[in-house]
Amino acid sequence: MPKAPHFLVHEVEDTVGVIVVEDATKNRNLEGWLMAKDSTLRIKSKSDIPLGHKIALSNIKKGDTIMKYGHDIGKAIADIPKGGHVHVHNVKTKRW
Amino acid sequence: MAAKKAKKTQKVVVPKLVEDAPLYIPEPQYLPVRKRGKPTFTGYRRENGRVGVRNHVLLLPLDDLSNASCEAVANNIKGTLAVPHPYGRLQFGEDLELHFRTLIGTGTNPNVAAVIVIGIETDWTQRVVDGIAKSGKPVAGYAIEQNGDHKVIWAASRQAKEFVHWASEKQREVCSIDELWVSTKCGESDTTSGLASNPTVGNFIDKMDAWGATTCFGETSEITGAELVCQTRGKTKAAGDKFLKTWQAYMDEVIEPFKTSDLSDSQPTKGNIEGGLTTIEEKAFGNMEKIGKKAKYVDVLEPAVEPSKGKGLYFMDTSSAAAECVTLQAAAGFVVHLFPTGQGNVVGNPIEPVIKLTANPRTVRTMREHIDYDCSGILRREMNFDQAGDGLIDLTMRVCNGRLTAAEGLGQRQFVLTKLYRSA
Repeated sequence: MPKAPHFLVHEVEDTVGVIVVEDATKNRNLEGWLMAKDSTLRIKSKSDIPLGHKIALSNIKKGDTIMKYGHDIGKAIADIPKGGHVHVHNVKTKRW
Repeated sequence: MAAKKAKKTQKVVVPKLVEDAPLYIPEPQYLPVRKRGKPTFTGYRRENGRVGVRNHVLLLPLDDLSNASCEAVANNIKGTLAVPHPYGRLQFGEDLELHFRTLIGTGTNPNVAAVIVIGIETDWTQRVVDGIAKSGKPVAGYAIEQNGDHKVIWAASRQAKEFVHWASEKQREVCSIDELWVSTKCGESDTTSGLASNPTVGNFIDKMDAWGATTCFGETSEITGAELVCQTRGKTKAAGDKFLKTWQAYMDEVIEPFKTSDLSDSQPTKGNIEGGLTTIEEKAFGNMEKIGKKAKYVDVLEPAVEPSKGKGLYFMDTSSAAAECVTLQAAAGFVVHLFPTGQGNVVGNPIEPVIKLTANPRTVRTMREHIDYDCSGILRREMNFDQAGDGLIDLTMRVCNGRLTAAEGLGQRQFVLTKLYRSA
């Protein structure tokens, strides 16, 4: 059986993954499972990220579109470093 | 015949009440369910041919004024179920039509064996009685005005007792899976919903669709962000266009006139945000995972309207509030409900059993009593969607066969009518 991952990524195009463990603390080497390709990614966390919250898979610039499920889920309203916590403080919908 | 001797006597210790105190879980005694291939279930065949998985004698108040009588009768006569609610007075137009449709649909649901309607006035009570009578099931109605609660409670209790005797002799029979109507809606979603519990329901829906079951999803507002993807899931172009028109009407008629700010405070909800969902789009794409990869919706239903275009998947125009949505789906005739949750919504429904599943390991730990099906193994790569979907089919068949869900055991039975606008 494959090792239990720390975070999951839906699609190849996605720029964020979802933390699925309760101990993703700052500066940990995290292992991710890219579900679409059944492959493994590795990222060092830049902050404590709670279970269910998102981690940036690469450096994201303010204004960049955030991709998840292979779709546009909003835009960055601040720069986010690779391994950073992605949530309502740095991402907003483009809609309302 | 000599009684079979138990294999060994269990040592039962009165436990200290700490969180992990031991639980006595007796040996399973349900019939084995075929996990691969088309399953069957046992249900109650009603007068109109539809199949139910519960056998309620229902006390249905027409309006807020009749709740007390219904609850009094339910207290008098065991084996009955009252569904109090706060509406039914001075409603008009489309809102009144929806009120009647929801009450008549609730009484008509095949999980209901017989119904007693109690209302303040005779005419509207009669209208609901007549609507339910079309299904062929036993129904009676009583009006309070010029009678008073005492006389109505006496008369309705006499009648309810006869209905209980009659309904309790009704036998289950083996039914084909294409006779099963399953609804779904998710709640207190988080990112684990989109990753695992919603796709588990999706796997279930894809398999059920291929076997000819009738299924339903809704939550118009929560498709926002994925509405164009949802449009492409219509079986026909007409169905897809009808969905987009329904969604747009919701935006124009509900969101635009009533919003005081952007919707970021309600959609996603505070619970969603706590669970890691950031935007309505992210929530919407996660939500859409519930309808699987292949199933396409046959038609778009108005709230509480029964599907009429044959078997298959349907979209219903509903609120995304859990109890409102499930109440409308039950009123449309769905008999069992799949409810994936992330942060732990505890909703139930009096008419259709609500099966709750989660993939959030923390919710499994902290809210175990509410969870019927734990699919957090997906997040640990211990199970795939196919296995998770099969497990959910297995459990759903057991619930159809009579296993009480967590919500049923806990008495979670929110009966929440959808109100479109202020009363006159």
